[in-house]
Amino acid sequence: MKLKWAFLSLVFTMAIVLTGCEPLLVLNPQGPQAETQANVIWISIATMSVILIIVLAILITVLIKYRASKQSDDYEPPHIKSNPIVEGIIIGFPVLIIIFLGIVSVSSTYKVETTPEGYEDQEPLIIYASSSNWKWHFSYPEEDIETVNYVFIPEDRPIEFKLYSYGPITSFWIPQLAGQKYAMADMVTTLHLAAENPGEYMGRNANFSGEGFAENKFDVTALTQKEFDEWVEDIHQTAEPITEDEFNELLKPGHLGKLTFTGTHLDFSPAPEGEHAGHNHGDASEQEDHSEHSNH
Amino acid sequence: MKIDHSQPLEYSTEQNRLNILGFWIFLGAEIMLFATLFTSYFVYEDRIGSGPSGADIFEITPVLIETIILLTSSFTIGLAVHAMRINRTKAMTVFLGITLLLGAAFLATEIYEFNHYYHVGATLQTSGFTGILLTTLGTHGAHVTLGLFWGTMILMQIKKRGLTPQIANKSFIFSLYWHFLDVVWIFIFSFIYLKGMM
Amino acid sequence: MEFFERFAIYHPSPLIYASMVAIGLVSIAIVVGITYFKKWGYLWNEWLTTVDHKKIGIMYIISALLMLFRGGADAIMMRLQTAVPDNSFLDAQHYNEVFTTHGVVMIMFMAMPFIIGLMNFIVPLQIGARDVAFPRLNAISFWLFFFGAMLFNVSFVIGGSPDAGWTNYYPLASNEFSPSVGVNYYNWALQISGIGTLMTGINFIATILKMRAPGMKLMKMPMFTWASLLTNVIIVFAFPVLTIALLMGTFDRQFGTNFFTSMNGGMDMMWANLFWIWGHPEVYILILPAFGIYSEIISTFSERNLYGYKSMVWSMVLISLFSFTVWLHHFFTMGQNAFTNSIFSITTIAIAIPTGIKIFNWLLTMWKGKIRFTVPMLYSIAFIPLFTIGGATGVMLGIASADYQYHNTMFLVAHFHNVIIPGVVFAVLAGFTYWWPKMFGFMLNEKIGKWAFWFLTIGFCLAFFPMYVTGLDGQARRMYTYSEATGFGPLNMLSFFGAGLMAIAFALIVYNVYYSFRHSPRNVGDDPWNARSLEWATHNPVPEYNFAVTPEVKSSQAFWDQKKHGHKLFDKEYEEIHMPNKSGVPFIMGVLFSIFGFSFIFAIWIGVILSAIGIFACMIHRTFEQVHGFHISVKEIKETEEKFGGADK
Repeated sequence: MKLKWAFLSLVFTMAIVLTGCEPLLVLNPQGPQAETQANVIWISIATMSVILIIVLAILITVLIKYRASKQSDDYEPPHIKSNPIVEGIIIGFPVLIIIFLGIVSVSSTYKVETTPEGYEDQEPLIIYASSSNWKWHFSYPEEDIETVNYVFIPEDRPIEFKLYSYGPITSFWIPQLAGQKYAMADMVTTLHLAAENPGEYMGRNANFSGEGFAENKFDVTALTQKEFDEWVEDIHQTAEPITEDEFNELLKPGHLGKLTFTGTHLDFSPAPEGEHAGHNHGDASEQEDHSEHSNH
Repeated sequence: MKIDHSQPLEYSTEQNRLNILGFWIFLGAEIMLFATLFTSYFVYEDRIGSGPSGADIFEITPVLIETIILLTSSFTIGLAVHAMRINRTKAMTVFLGITLLLGAAFLATEIYEFNHYYHVGATLQTSGFTGILLTTLGTHGAHVTLGLFWGTMILMQIKKRGLTPQIANKSFIFSLYWHFLDVVWIFIFSFIYLKGMM
Repeated sequence: MEFFERFAIYHPSPLIYASMVAIGLVSIAIVVGITYFKKWGYLWNEWLTTVDHKKIGIMYIISALLMLFRGGADAIMMRLQTAVPDNSFLDAQHYNEVFTTHGVVMIMFMAMPFIIGLMNFIVPLQIGARDVAFPRLNAISFWLFFFGAMLFNVSFVIGGSPDAGWTNYYPLASNEFSPSVGVNYYNWALQISGIGTLMTGINFIATILKMRAPGMKLMKMPMFTWASLLTNVIIVFAFPVLTIALLMGTFDRQFGTNFFTSMNGGMDMMWANLFWIWGHPEVYILILPAFGIYSEIISTFSERNLYGYKSMVWSMVLISLFSFTVWLHHFFTMGQNAFTNSIFSITTIAIAIPTGIKIFNWLLTMWKGKIRFTVPMLYSIAFIPLFTIGGATGVMLGIASADYQYHNTMFLVAHFHNVIIPGVVFAVLAGFTYWWPKMFGFMLNEKIGKWAFWFLTIGFCLAFFPMYVTGLDGQARRMYTYSEATGFGPLNMLSFFGAGLMAIAFALIVYNVYYSFRHSPRNVGDDPWNARSLEWATHNPVPEYNFAVTPEVKSSQAFWDQKKHGHKLFDKEYEEIHMPNKSGVPFIMGVLFSIFGFSFIFAIWIGVILSAIGIFACMIHRTFEQVHGFHISVKEIKETEEKFGGADK
């Protein structure tokens, strides 16, 4: 048994050493949402370690104390009936821990589903992020610009990503700023986040979506508000407007580099929300056609 | 094969009792099957896309005919089992025969109904709603079809061998199956047709 | 020619061609071998037509082991591909096919049949029954599973493997994004084997409820039987959901319906919901019998009664109920509101309560015991801390807000392997070793078994613990490669090394079977482990009729009572024993079902119609058939019992 624990500790040390140089992305949050999540992760690791240590302690004690080689040949283990007090403890202990974690879970779940704490008074910047095989399209309706495979956001401002997909279900994930959320074809989901520091962050699709999935990444850059405004201004001066034909060309399966346009595809290919949501898909004239049939 | 004469014929052997219990468990699985279909139906009910809605295509006449036929057949299969209990083989075969004929009539009406849906442009492919509608009705219809074949086989066996404990057991289990299909139909009638037409 | 083009491999590679040749050669070798040794008659009479629960159990286990190697080969390929950054051993499409088949094979065709195989062999013995309630149906269950598995396994050489993950989410699994026939294979292989599993469920509920030995009240059943009962209840309630989901998927792909599309009212989220309403109970279908196995083994090798029998039973009942209330935690990130996520988060982490109770009960079972470190016990001891880690990370994943970070990452992959391998795989290996003498009358070599155990445990830790780390560092699951800049390289290499150790362990287990078959002494007696429950009260290997006389039982450890308290289990005279006839029909039905599935996959309608007619013909044959079984005479029973060195009579 000693051998095993030696190996286990070896694994953990190796894991820590190997990754010790840089903190893990998820545990190195750069925004309030990701920070909430990192805190929850640490709390749950700590709580769970307590349980693991208790279980290990009992197990090791039992194995050392009651192994057959240590007992006399004629030792006959007793028949032990369950004791209500012991049973109470082994039921009560997990119940208490689950109540504690339940509270942590519910409060943090509500937290990550709203505007980040401390940013409630600011108007959030809305960015539509839509995926197609295997790219991400970012549309800024307010700024009237569109980018592909990269997104610039202003720091210290709440951002709402409106997510949907032109294909398989994908999952929009920026580990250091917020958790992930699915992008789907027939509805729009919302991911709230804010970046506290300027910098470059990794973003990717986390949900398997076919052949090009591994490379389905995008870069997130947080800028100061001033730099961000300059960048928008710059695009309006240099970039070409996006057209419907061009957008349809972009949707074809494959990989693209970073692209920039003025205007957004939302004008001619609206997001599946409100009247465009999935269950209302289909042509209105066709619908009339069918009801006519049914009157026959 | 030990036969216990204090029990009704269909319960009279150990294997018979096991078969009946096993079939009840199977019906439990069938309930889950139809529950899944109904749940899916409620999800897709309003997702009609560019196709027609329930109110557009449902017709009360065939549905009422189907309902009356199937309820009657449930009654006649009950009479058949009763006849079997009092050992009236002849009466039993007659009632079983009537049940199967009613089942066939039900099926014919349902085929007419499906044909109607096809003509008003409500096919499997039209929308999420028509797809789940026809799948649910079709699953029930397929059960009835299977029941017809099964009942016919039992009828042939009664003719050939008379009411042995095994055949009595099969007939009883068949009656459970038939009642179950009737119950499912009541749900279809209430939650698909009536709800859809309102 | 056009007809045959559909059978071409969708995404050919030298590896697949090599496997094709290997499959061909092995098949020829098997046929030649059986013919040469004149074993066709034996194979048909003793195995293919058997309705004996013991032989069916053994066939389940053999199939499961074969599938373990198929799924294991997939696993090694995946770990090899990701061992170094920017590797080009497999391309993206091939990698996608490999991880999809790995998942399906391991869950559906390895873990489930292994569990069901043990259940088949042990449950009737533990309750003192002659067989299951419906022996013929049991054989049909097995052959449906077997041919479903075979159907799935030919996919990669005929037409192409499924490539949308074992979760098979739409619209990715639709014709548009997965154009090969792979997902059709997925639909039909799971459908056919699923029907078989459903029938197993019905069969075992009836068996356990109705066929227990006199005196064995529900609360006096051995724990493995309790676990099996609850598992089968879950099967009966969960599998119909899968049936419908697969049917809808089949309609979408083959008849152009709009269930999971994104137009005309289709709804891709519906598949995810239906899949997980079945899928979450499915993992409990695997873990509950494993809990049962550990309960038997820990109690036996601690020489103690199982602590807290009642709370053990009730905690399993609770787990079974909860298993249907948590499916949404597989997609917290699908955009439901915080309230819905909170509810499902609470139900999810609440499962830790009954599970925690069980862990403590096992620990208390060892308390004041006399612990013998045999191979089955080593697996059970390693299970406790490793499963606690797996359960702990499960609770972490169940916290909805944090799941936004773990979801779809290697952290998740590490978690479910951490519960399934120490939970289920260790359990079936422990059970396999523990009940081996029951099946074959000799022991597996303990020394080789212990080597295998250490390789497996250490290999497991090395293979999966690093994934927790890379997951938190942003490695998404199912990525066929990654760049060097990510820094995932070294830990993935460590995983590959661990996977290699696990492969050695499985090779050792097979070698152990061979070695023990050649060298183990055959006179192990009827009670080699000093065991406690009823299955050990008959001989090793078990005679055809299980028990010469129906036992009378006073407690959940009937055999222990007999040994220690002088309770007489067999207090009756020999009587003639009625046995069911064997039948070739289940096997033929299995073949017909696989032809049906295969034809449907490729839309060869004539094959579909003919095989459907054949299946109905089998059923009609069955209903007209008059079989009354046969009887084993008292004289024969006496002879058999004497051969085993005198009975308890």
